[in-house]
Amino acid sequence: MSSQIPPEFTVIIDYDRCRRCRRCVMNCSFGCMQFKDKVVPEHKKCVACHRCVTYCPESAITIKKNELAYKENANWTPEMRQNILKQAETGGILLSGMGNPRPQQILWDHMLIDACQVTNPSIDPLREPMELRTYLGRKPNHLDFTRGENGDIELGTTLQPQVKLDVPIVFAAMSYGAVSLNAHKALAMAAKKSGTLMNTGEGGLHTDLYPYASNITVQVASGRFGVHSEYLNTSATVEIKIGQGAKPGIGGHLPGEKVGDEISRTRMIPVGTDALSPAPHHDIYSIEDLSQLIYAIKEATDYTKPVGVKISAVHNVAAIASGIVRAGADIVTIDGFRGGTGAAPMVIRDNVGIPIELALAAVDQRLRDEGIRNNTSILCAGSIRNSGDVAKAIALGADAVVIGTAALIAMGCRVCQKCYTGNCAWGIATQKPELVRRLDPQLGAERLSNLLTGWSHELQEILGSLGVNSIESLRGSRERLRGIDLDEQTLNLLGIKPAGIGQ
Amino acid sequence: MRCNCYIPSGCAISGMMSESGERMDGNAIIRSIALMHDRSNGLGGGFAAYGIYPRRADQYAFHMMFDNMEAKEKCEEYFNGTFDVVLDEKIPTRPGAVFEEDTSGRYPEYGTQPIINPPILWRYFIDVPEDKTKFISEREYVVENVMDINSNVDGAFVASSGKNMGAFKGVGYPEDIGVFYKLDEYKAYIWTSHGRFPTNTPGWWGGAHPFCLLDWSIVHNGEISSYGINKRYLEPFGYKLELRTDTEVVAYLFDLLVRRHKLPIELAVKALAAPFWKDIDKMPENERKIITAIRQVYGGGLLNGPFSIILGHSRGMVGFNDRIKLRPMTCARKDDMLYMASEESAIREIAPDLDEVWSPRAGTAIVGEMNGEVEA
Repeated sequence: MSSQIPPEFTVIIDYDRCRRCRRCVMNCSFGCMQFKDKVVPEHKKCVACHRCVTYCPESAITIKKNELAYKENANWTPEMRQNILKQAETGGILLSGMGNPRPQQILWDHMLIDACQVTNPSIDPLREPMELRTYLGRKPNHLDFTRGENGDIELGTTLQPQVKLDVPIVFAAMSYGAVSLNAHKALAMAAKKSGTLMNTGEGGLHTDLYPYASNITVQVASGRFGVHSEYLNTSATVEIKIGQGAKPGIGGHLPGEKVGDEISRTRMIPVGTDALSPAPHHDIYSIEDLSQLIYAIKEATDYTKPVGVKISAVHNVAAIASGIVRAGADIVTIDGFRGGTGAAPMVIRDNVGIPIELALAAVDQRLRDEGIRNNTSILCAGSIRNSGDVAKAIALGADAVVIGTAALIAMGCRVCQKCYTGNCAWGIATQKPELVRRLDPQLGAERLSNLLTGWSHELQEILGSLGVNSIESLRGSRERLRGIDLDEQTLNLLGIKPAGIGQ
Repeated sequence: MRCNCYIPSGCAISGMMSESGERMDGNAIIRSIALMHDRSNGLGGGFAAYGIYPRRADQYAFHMMFDNMEAKEKCEEYFNGTFDVVLDEKIPTRPGAVFEEDTSGRYPEYGTQPIINPPILWRYFIDVPEDKTKFISEREYVVENVMDINSNVDGAFVASSGKNMGAFKGVGYPEDIGVFYKLDEYKAYIWTSHGRFPTNTPGWWGGAHPFCLLDWSIVHNGEISSYGINKRYLEPFGYKLELRTDTEVVAYLFDLLVRRHKLPIELAVKALAAPFWKDIDKMPENERKIITAIRQVYGGGLLNGPFSIILGHSRGMVGFNDRIKLRPMTCARKDDMLYMASEESAIREIAPDLDEVWSPRAGTAIVGEMNGEVEA
């Protein structure tokens, strides 16, 4: 059957400028650019990854939306029709990469932050200390002190392990397999440089990354790929992945063609076999099973590392999070419905889960109502786009936020949503050696660190304008947020007042 | 009478304590706070005094404010099932009092705003029946009931609830409030006082400082910019923050940290006005371990924003500033006397000849402790 799907994009070459250097042909990893005396694009194959546009020395390439591919219709949008055509041709499940791109309301954009005027002074972060340091891990509700023999006060409480973050932003779980080893290296180096954590995802930890152990969260997911004693102990924290915001209730699938020698060794599966992560953990069918796994991991790591649990934001997320904390999790990561992915069925990505803002607000409040908020750290994931989002998430109650897509964009990603094809032109979501080497880990790490540095400075400015000099004075301080264009119910769920109401 | 708006405020504070426990009348503290008249705007003033009821030192002294007789009756009904009221009486006042008329008259520019329209001011000396404290400590029981009255008995407000101490506060300039309450007739070993400059009109007597719970009293100059999280931090511990004044969180935090969690006061101050990480990292190991744990565990209690605070309790007085000293505070000593005030002049006014005067560093607690017994 020949495809009837019209091209999504039109690639326009300005032949007056083109010097026929063929750089675009070499750079296009989707086979769109061919050279027949001159560069001839095959529009159908273009995914708008902008690799050719970026690297054309003459700026001779423009990519445009194929405007009249479909007759206009507000109901039957081009995307709807394209999807139906694809399925009519293949009978398959529609796959997509990256997070939900649909225009649902973004609640971050409906929250505004307070600032000081007169009665309390704002603080200048360039002149005064402005603290972002955050510790992840279970804290007791109170401390006991004793008097030592020499009369000195001594700490009587032994705290559970705490992991220090210099910035309240960690990198999201992205597996070696979904992303390249160079991407993993860049994330690990940046985490070390910026004093935060990267997360292995469920694909194990390549031995090249072992030196970065103190900045790594190792994940234990339903496929248990690459999980062994040394892996668990080569980390700052361990995370049990139950769910992912982009595909709650859905497992994962790394096609065998991506499983080469290195991935095979790291994941502990034979070369060329598909790596299937089941939808549930087959040893966790209940909260008590989860508790057993949490404590099994704590035993395996000798109670030296916080053990976290990651769930996607679903309707009953607050009660689930409460159960997870009571089951022994030292960190709860909540991933909202806009969270990213390397590959997810489009119907799940676009229709399942709830916004992270509401989930976070509900979880934080629920844990406080139950008096167990101190017993865990909350990480908030699922499309944190800028430092304003970070500040709002922390004010709603997160200890720190998780960035995946933002980190990828910093490394060069153009959000073309083709991660699942393995053809990433930017060397990020691919295992093809010729593409992987396009990503220089050093340079990637520098770009990632720069992003964190920029956001940190911005967070400090926000704290200063709020008249506080430590991140814990913003954490959970919903009094400093106001909502605009939100209905009363949403405001109540977020626990914030509408803009216009004073204190 | 309760104003539901939150009132940011600037202020004057002054405190004095005899560490040997000698009791002094209220004239000096009134003069001290009167000197800082310009730091207040006539919308609130108050005093806390320790050692004023030596003959009833074993009973909780509840200083109450009632909107009307109905509220008083309702509250007394509440007391009936809850406490044994040993004695109740009207709190003596001089209605229409002004500082100028009733004291030395040294400040002719004062006294233009006599104290009028007070609520019904009544005090109750209370025992806790033994059968009420089988499953709960006596002080916890008192705290719970104070919270309950303040939130659930309409028109009734507990101004203070400690033993052998009391709060005297209201709407007006502090020096006039002092005269109104006849503080010249009381003797105390600790006096703290507060003059208020709220930026809108509360018209509510209960909203003035000091803010008290059990024998804790707080006078506070400043604004707690971290109020939002401090409130949410305290709520799960059973504190009801409904007075909409940020000072309230300071009193509850001390109650939580010192009374319930048994932290030494110096460490409680380290939690509320925590040292910076850059300094913590340089501390000797034991201290670093302690302060790090305090910041990790009590982050929700960290007070941020500009403030100077004087905390009073039955065994002493503690003064401290915010982490970067955004509000003024000066301390001084003379013999067994410890003074703290927003301005040095307020101390010199009542003790011109001092042994020592200094401005404490940001976040450092100045602790006055009783070394003797209270003079009876």
